[in-house]
Amino acid sequence: MNRRTFLRKPAAPVATLFERPAASGDQPPGKGETVSKFANKDLPATPRSLAGLAPYTGPWGPVQAAHLLRRATFGPTRAEINTAASQSLTQVLDRLFTVPATPDPPVQGFPGDPLLPVGAPFVTGDYEGGWSARSSVRAWWLGLMLKDTTIVEKMTLFWHNHFVITFDLDGGTFDSRFAYRYCALLREQALGNFKQLAKDMTVEPGMLKYLNGSANTVDAPNENYGRELLELFTIGKGRTIGPGNYTTYTEADVQAAARVLTGWQHSEENINGFFTDSLHEPGVKRFSSAFGNRTIANQGDQEYKALIDLIFDRTETAAFIVRKLYRWFVYYVIDATTEANVIQPLAAQLRQNGYNVGPVVRTLLASEHFFDAINIGCMIKSPIDFVVGAVRQMSVTFPPESNTVELYTAWSMLVDGAEKMQQFIGNAPNVAGWPAYWQTPQYYEMWINAMTLPLRNQFTDRIINEYGYDTNFPATVKLRIETIDWVQSLPPATAADCNLLIAEFVRHLLPFPLTANQMTFLNDTLLPGLPDFEWTVEWQAFLADPDNMTKRSAVDSKLRAVVRQIMGLAEFHLS
Amino acid sequence: MQRRHFLQTTAAATVLPTLLGGLPISTYGFSPEFLELTGSATQTDRVLVLIQLIGGNDGLNTIIPLDQYTNLLRARPNVAIAQNRVLPLRAATGIHPAMAKVKNLFDNGQIGIVQNVGYPDATGSHFDSTDIWTSATDSNVLNSSGWGGRYLNNEYPGFPIGYPNAQAPHPLAITIGSVVSNVVQGPAVNMGMAINSTSSFLQLLTGGVDTAPNTPAGHELTFIRQVVRQTEVYVTAIQQAAARAQNLSPLYPTAGENPLADQLKIVAQLVAGGLQTRVYVCSLGGFDTHGAQVDGGDGNTTGEHAKLLGYLSGALDAFQDDLRRLRVQDRVVGMTFSEFGRRILSNSANGTDHGEAGPMIVFGTSVNPIIHGPNPTIPDEPTFFENLPMQIDFRAIYASILKDWFQVPQTLINTLLPSRVGQFPYVPVIRQGTVTGSTPAAELEVAEFSVFPNPAQDRATCTFECQGGHVQVVLRDVVGREVRRVVDRAMPRGQCQVPVDVSGLKAGLYYCHVREGQRVSARSLSVL
Repeated sequence: MNRRTFLRKPAAPVATLFERPAASGDQPPGKGETVSKFANKDLPATPRSLAGLAPYTGPWGPVQAAHLLRRATFGPTRAEINTAASQSLTQVLDRLFTVPATPDPPVQGFPGDPLLPVGAPFVTGDYEGGWSARSSVRAWWLGLMLKDTTIVEKMTLFWHNHFVITFDLDGGTFDSRFAYRYCALLREQALGNFKQLAKDMTVEPGMLKYLNGSANTVDAPNENYGRELLELFTIGKGRTIGPGNYTTYTEADVQAAARVLTGWQHSEENINGFFTDSLHEPGVKRFSSAFGNRTIANQGDQEYKALIDLIFDRTETAAFIVRKLYRWFVYYVIDATTEANVIQPLAAQLRQNGYNVGPVVRTLLASEHFFDAINIGCMIKSPIDFVVGAVRQMSVTFPPESNTVELYTAWSMLVDGAEKMQQFIGNAPNVAGWPAYWQTPQYYEMWINAMTLPLRNQFTDRIINEYGYDTNFPATVKLRIETIDWVQSLPPATAADCNLLIAEFVRHLLPFPLTANQMTFLNDTLLPGLPDFEWTVEWQAFLADPDNMTKRSAVDSKLRAVVRQIMGLAEFHLS
Repeated sequence: MQRRHFLQTTAAATVLPTLLGGLPISTYGFSPEFLELTGSATQTDRVLVLIQLIGGNDGLNTIIPLDQYTNLLRARPNVAIAQNRVLPLRAATGIHPAMAKVKNLFDNGQIGIVQNVGYPDATGSHFDSTDIWTSATDSNVLNSSGWGGRYLNNEYPGFPIGYPNAQAPHPLAITIGSVVSNVVQGPAVNMGMAINSTSSFLQLLTGGVDTAPNTPAGHELTFIRQVVRQTEVYVTAIQQAAARAQNLSPLYPTAGENPLADQLKIVAQLVAGGLQTRVYVCSLGGFDTHGAQVDGGDGNTTGEHAKLLGYLSGALDAFQDDLRRLRVQDRVVGMTFSEFGRRILSNSANGTDHGEAGPMIVFGTSVNPIIHGPNPTIPDEPTFFENLPMQIDFRAIYASILKDWFQVPQTLINTLLPSRVGQFPYVPVIRQGTVTGSTPAAELEVAEFSVFPNPAQDRATCTFECQGGHVQVVLRDVVGREVRRVVDRAMPRGQCQVPVDVSGLKAGLYYCHVREGQRVSARSLSVL
């Protein structure tokens, strides 16, 4: 069996979204742009919150509930927001932080591989399954985001962006079983213990393969993982204060860490990481003054834990991950006030509780700082948040669980959509994760440029279009917002009143209110040139005769026009 | 079948939004595959302007059947315009006094009126009826594409893939309004873009974006709006066109006073600036006059409806004046349409409810400046639910404009405007001499042409200033059939007076056509 043939991406992509047209005539402005010319040249100096981590006790209603759910989940539904608004903040947080049961692993979701038919399990099997199996892992992961109503999937994605491996970029793991193991580990520790996660990740087969841990032996040390462990995964790189000295660690520490980790390799046969003592460097490893000049003696297959313990004894390790969490949940500008009022207290909490992340995230999301109005709507949605959020917010129906191919096809349409917008789950561009969370001073603005913005608009246009966003390969699937169903889920008096209805759409889809001019514009979109009561007339005429396709189409096309306008607003890209 | 399926499954009208008032303005399509090119677009510099009178215009208070006045007054005593205030266009037909400027344009040969336009099996729903008028399909057929969109799709197959390009560098259609009009919705994507308001047009020209609050959210909002502005297709073309021409007419009211005039002003500037856009859609809302259509003042000549007709009249007058000064008047024709007319009987709220047929106004130097079709008939004792029946299917007007103005072959017209009633009759709303000629329409007018008396019995006289040469004077009925050939010979230069024998003709409306060389003009003639 030639496994290589299955590594090739199928000639026809799983879902043909946004195939680029051949170049012809004038090109749109900004063609090929990767960073917008309008993105930050310096960090913005807009006011930041002075509030700290005191529990938020201010008004609690749909605005606050929606803010919390938008940041903690992907695009909350109207029902989810209403339920949250009717409960207390504590109740909502309790539910958000209740970890659901471990989901069933993915199965082969796509036809075409005789060795791995649709529905076949593969995560513990002998056969990696190639592109289609890895696509199945991605699709399944996306499906979990769609279904999740807790913070677990937002945190799982956080850890994916933190402890990066790639499934099938050059240098990636190219093993669907490793990919699944890795996902499962991130999910298991999503609200768990950062220190334990760092330990587990160090000997995770996908990571050993991706960052060359498997090639790190006593005779031929490979520093790749040791370096990223310090620079990106744990303590972070500080200011360079001397040759090879980055304040928080030195080049000698990178070498010492690499020596600690010698002897670990991945096994495709057993789908695990394993230790070979003869490949392990037995000598004492000495660390610099950044680590108090501590040493680690030979401990064989337990030695890597001592290294993680050493790193996590440094206070900077806690602050490093807390800043990253802050940029994931709040905003990317961390000024001195925020550092003092938010970052350092959270880092202290993290150290004091032994690096349990869940309580720290909860403290942040329960805080006055988080609910400060200045922190509402300032986050640019990541592509995944954008595509998953759009279909969740408008309650798009997906194929039934019973139809594996259709369901995986539908999920992969969202994977592909986000990929085109420059966020390909399982394939972060490099080990540092997506630049929107580290590239200063642009940060979130990295997501939007002259190439990606039209793709975002096309995505929402397609799901709101009456024809829907559809594909015929590998299954015939259509994702479409059912505007009439959504409006019928509103209180009848709201649905029948054009201004209440538009306000409901805006409140639900956008993070903050629109101007009076914008609301007038939306009214004119729903009822061009007509008095308000005509909406009531047309809507009631439809309700009285709901099977009349002409009447249905009449109100449906108007509703689609309004939702399209709202989703086309710059505001819709904000969370 | 196959193609239809393709169009449905790949349809994706797509917004590349423009930031005007923080609102998306341009709609731009996307389709993942090329349609096979079937040939290049027809060469034409002609422009069609559509003005949608939203809400259902009350035709009986717009174009008034003076010969039915007694019945009209009985049917709507609290709404009808006082007879002595109606401005006469012809002996039997008058116009609302708020439209004095349109009467003047009519007298100067720049307005045509088509009576009793509608469609079979009318619906009283604004949404349904607007969809029917914009899609131009039978009322029982669901079709989300618009007639203008189907026309443009045929001319520019595959749009928007590969557009703009050297052959088609400009928007195919522009809507001045919130939403790209369904008129130009193609089978798969919308063929047009929208400029949502006049203030947003100014912003588009300057490249600015709305100011946002000085907060983190405002900062990111401004950033996204800048990128939105950057990604708008056609913005440069519009900016360049606007930079090449300034409006010249002093007749435009102050911005904000007349919403339609503000829109037409943009159209005139863009046309004069060389934008190759073929179809513009403007609109004026507020015609849904269930109540307070008139305020009771001055013989029912004032009130909401009068205000709207005044907007229409003033806008058309300034627009035509501007086009003339900009020397593009012969390239532009336009027409109004409304989803329906209103009930014959008025209601007790000094308003009128949803009706059926109504008049259309066609405008421009190239239109046939006559009244097409007879006045509506007002029954002696109309019931409350009685409506004016349609006599000319609106699609016959669309078909005739596509044929005469854009030279679309009849077979293609039949495809673009499918109907169970078959091919629509031809209505000569475009002046015959302008149909194929490249001569300016102003030079195609027969000079000093009039027919009198009108109405006539047995005999009328036709006078005109002859250029010298072969002359044809022909009498045609309302559907264009020749009923009398009065003159068909060479005539000397100078004033001509030709007797027209109408004896033996059935009473009704006829048109007297004079053709001399390239010049063709027509005047209506009522025969008693």
